[in-house]
Amino acid sequence: MKTNIIISLKLTLVLLIITAGLYPLLIAGAGKAAPGGGKGETLSVHGKVVGYERVGQKFTEDKYFWGRPSAVEYNAAGSAGSNKGPSNPDYLATVQARIDTFLVHNPGIAKEQIPADLVTASGSGLDPDISPEAARIQIARIARVRNLGADKLEALVNAHIEGPFLGMFGPSKVHVLKLNMALDELK
Amino acid sequence: MPNRMNTEITGIIFTFLITVALASPLGKYIAKVFGGERTFTDFLNPVERFIYRICGIDPNESMDWKQFLKAMLTINMVWLFYAFFMLMYQDKLPLNPDGNAGQTPDLAFNTAISFVVNCNLQHYSGESGLTYLTQLLVITFLQFVSAATGIACLVALFNGLKEKTTNNLGNFWSIFIKTNTRILLPLCIVMAILLAFNGSPTSFDGKDAITTLQGDAVQVSRGPAAGMIAIKHLGTNGGGWFGANSAHPLENPNYFTNILEMVAQVIIPVAMIFALGFYIRKKKFAYVIFLVMTVGMLFLLIPTVITELHGNPAIAQMGVTQNTGAMEGKEVRFGPAASAYWSIVTTIISTGSVNSMHDSSMPLSGMMQLLGMMVNGFYGGCGVGILNYYIYIIIAVFISGLMVGRTPEFMGHKVEAREVKIAMIVTLFTALITKGFTALAAYMVAHHPDVAWAVKPSGWLNNPSYHGFSEMLYEYTSANANNGSGFEGLGDNNIFWNVTSGFALILGRFIPIIGPVAIAGLLANKKFIPESGGTLRTDSFTFGMMTFAVIIIVTALSYFPPLALGPLAEYFSLK
Repeated sequence: MKTNIIISLKLTLVLLIITAGLYPLLIAGAGKAAPGGGKGETLSVHGKVVGYERVGQKFTEDKYFWGRPSAVEYNAAGSAGSNKGPSNPDYLATVQARIDTFLVHNPGIAKEQIPADLVTASGSGLDPDISPEAARIQIARIARVRNLGADKLEALVNAHIEGPFLGMFGPSKVHVLKLNMALDELK
Repeated sequence: MPNRMNTEITGIIFTFLITVALASPLGKYIAKVFGGERTFTDFLNPVERFIYRICGIDPNESMDWKQFLKAMLTINMVWLFYAFFMLMYQDKLPLNPDGNAGQTPDLAFNTAISFVVNCNLQHYSGESGLTYLTQLLVITFLQFVSAATGIACLVALFNGLKEKTTNNLGNFWSIFIKTNTRILLPLCIVMAILLAFNGSPTSFDGKDAITTLQGDAVQVSRGPAAGMIAIKHLGTNGGGWFGANSAHPLENPNYFTNILEMVAQVIIPVAMIFALGFYIRKKKFAYVIFLVMTVGMLFLLIPTVITELHGNPAIAQMGVTQNTGAMEGKEVRFGPAASAYWSIVTTIISTGSVNSMHDSSMPLSGMMQLLGMMVNGFYGGCGVGILNYYIYIIIAVFISGLMVGRTPEFMGHKVEAREVKIAMIVTLFTALITKGFTALAAYMVAHHPDVAWAVKPSGWLNNPSYHGFSEMLYEYTSANANNGSGFEGLGDNNIFWNVTSGFALILGRFIPIIGPVAIAGLLANKKFIPESGGTLRTDSFTFGMMTFAVIIIVTALSYFPPLALGPLAEYFSLK
C-alpha cells in the first residue's frame, strides 16, 4: 500500500511534466508556424482587424448578408447552442417569429423559400457559415438596399460558395463575413 | 434527394472506412507493444527506463488481479484529491489571463471525478470555468492518464485470456506508462499539429477584443487548445476546451478536422478489438466482436442519420424549407449527416464530445444516443468498451450453457456462480444508478419544485414535458456510462446535480472496471480444460448473435420504461 502511494505520487509528477508541460509547449511551438501563429487567424479591412476567420459574427443590418441566429449573440467570450428541444412550444414560437421578421425585411420572398439554417440557432452560437440557399435568398434585399444589380450579387455569392471537402465530402457553404467584406468592396 | 445530401452521406461513409483502415495496423502495433515485441517506437525505451527508475517501479513485477486493481485505484485516488484542490484554488494560481474564478467545492468535486473517470461531464464552460493552468495541469493531464487507466485494465484482461492458467495479469505501472508513451502521446502530437494548422489556437494569449464589420464590440476566447482537443478524442474523454465543445469553430474549424476528430475518437477502441485478436492469437474471436459491435452501431446510426436529414416536422409545418435537414444546434460546415454520425459515435464510444447540441436532436435521435450510452459496449471507451462487452460475453456464455445443459466454459475455464454473480451485479448496478437517480430528480421536479435551494428544481429544465424528463435521464445515463455529453439545457451547476452525478460517475466507472478484471483474474486462475466436441465455441458467428441478443434483452429490460417516458413519448407527440 505504502509503495503504491509513493509510486503514485512520483509517477503523477513525472506525467504532469510530460503531458501537461512538455506536450503543450511542443504544440505551442509548432503552432507558431501555423497560419495566424497559433493565436487564431484574423481578417482585416484596410489594415484593421474586423474579425476572426473561423468565428462567426452578427449581421442585423439590411445591407449585409445575415448569418444564423445565435444563442450567445456571436460574442465569442462564450459559446452555446439554444439547447431547445424540437417539440418545445416556446422554441417553436421563436422560430415562427424569426420567419416573420425575415419576411418583413425581405418582401417578395415566400416562406417556402426560407432555408431552415436561417431561422435556427447553431450549436456553437458562432457559426461562421450559411448554406448557399440562405445567401441567395437575401440577394433581392441587398440589391435594393445597396442599389446594385441582382446579377452582380448573384455572381458574388456564387464566387463565395465553398464546395464539399475534396469535392466529395460534406455540405457546401458560404462564409458570411468574407461575403460581406467582398460586398463592401463592390461598386 | 438533392446533391448536397449525397456528399454528406459519402462524407460519413468515408469517415468510417478510414477509421477501420487505420485501426487494423494500429491494433497490430498495440498488440506488439504490450507483447514486448520490437516496434519502431523502441527508441523510447530509455525514457521508460528513466521513469521506472525515478518512480521506483519494477516493470517485471507480476501482479494478480487484486494487486493490479489496488495499484490502479491508488493512483486514481491521488488524482482525485489533486484535481479537486487545483480546481478550487485555480484563481490563486498563475496562467489565468482571463481572470476566471476558482470552482465552488461541489463543482470541483464533480469536475475532478468527471475527469478522473474519463467521463468529462462538464458543469462549467471552459471559457469561464477554468484557467489555462487547470486546462493543462488538470484537464489535459487527466485526459491522458484516465484513458491510459482504461487501456491498462483492458490489457490485464488480455493477459488473463492469453495464458492457460496464470496469476499474473501484468504490471499495472508498466502497461500504464507504455500506454502514454507509445500510444497516446505520439498520436496526439500528430493530431494536435494537424489541428493547429487548420485553425485551432495553440498560444497562451488570453481573450481578444475586436470590433466586428458591422461595428459590434465582442470578445474572442482562445488559449492553447489544440493539444487538449487531440487527447480529448484519442483518449475518448470528450471534455471541450470551449463550452460548445467541437461545435465551436476554433475547436473544430472545418470538415477535414471534423473527419479527423471523428476518426480519432473511434480509432483506439476499434484498434483494441483487433489488438485483442493479435495478442491472444484468436483473430476470429476479435473479428466476430468487431462485427457484432459494428452491426450494433449501424442499428443506432442509420435511423439517426435519416431522422436528422429529414428535419423537424414541427418546423416543416411552419412552411420553411428543410433541404438542409434539422439545423437547430448544428453547424452549417458539418451538416446534419456528419452531426448525426458524430452524435452516435460519441455516445457508443463514451467520448461525449459533441459537434451539435444533442438537446436539440430529434426525439428518435436522442433515444439512439441514449441507447448508445446504455449499451456502452459497441466499441465503447478506451479499454472500458471491451471490458463492458466482456460482461455481456460472460452472461451470453452462462445463458448458452443453461440452454445446452452444461457447465458454461469460456476459453477453457469454467464460468461458475461467482463470476456470473459479479457480471450480474455490474449489469444491474448500472441500470440502478441511472434509473434511481433519474427517479429522484424527477420526483423533486414533480413534487418539490419550489424547495428553497440555490437553484430550485423548477428551474432545472430548459424544456418542458417529455423532453425535460429526457434531459434528466440523459444526464445520469451519461454520467453512469462515463460519456460526458449532455442535454445541455439542464441547469446542472448546483449542489444537487454536482453531487448526485458525481456519485453516478464514480460508481459507473469503477464497478464496471473492477468487475471484469476480477472475473478475468478468477477465470485465469482456474484449471485449463482443453477444447472438446462439446465445447461452446465463443469465436463463432452463432455465439456473436447470442451475445447481440443478450445485449438487446438486457438493455430493453433495463431501460424501456424511462425511454418510453422521455424520447418515445416526445416522438409520438411531435406532429
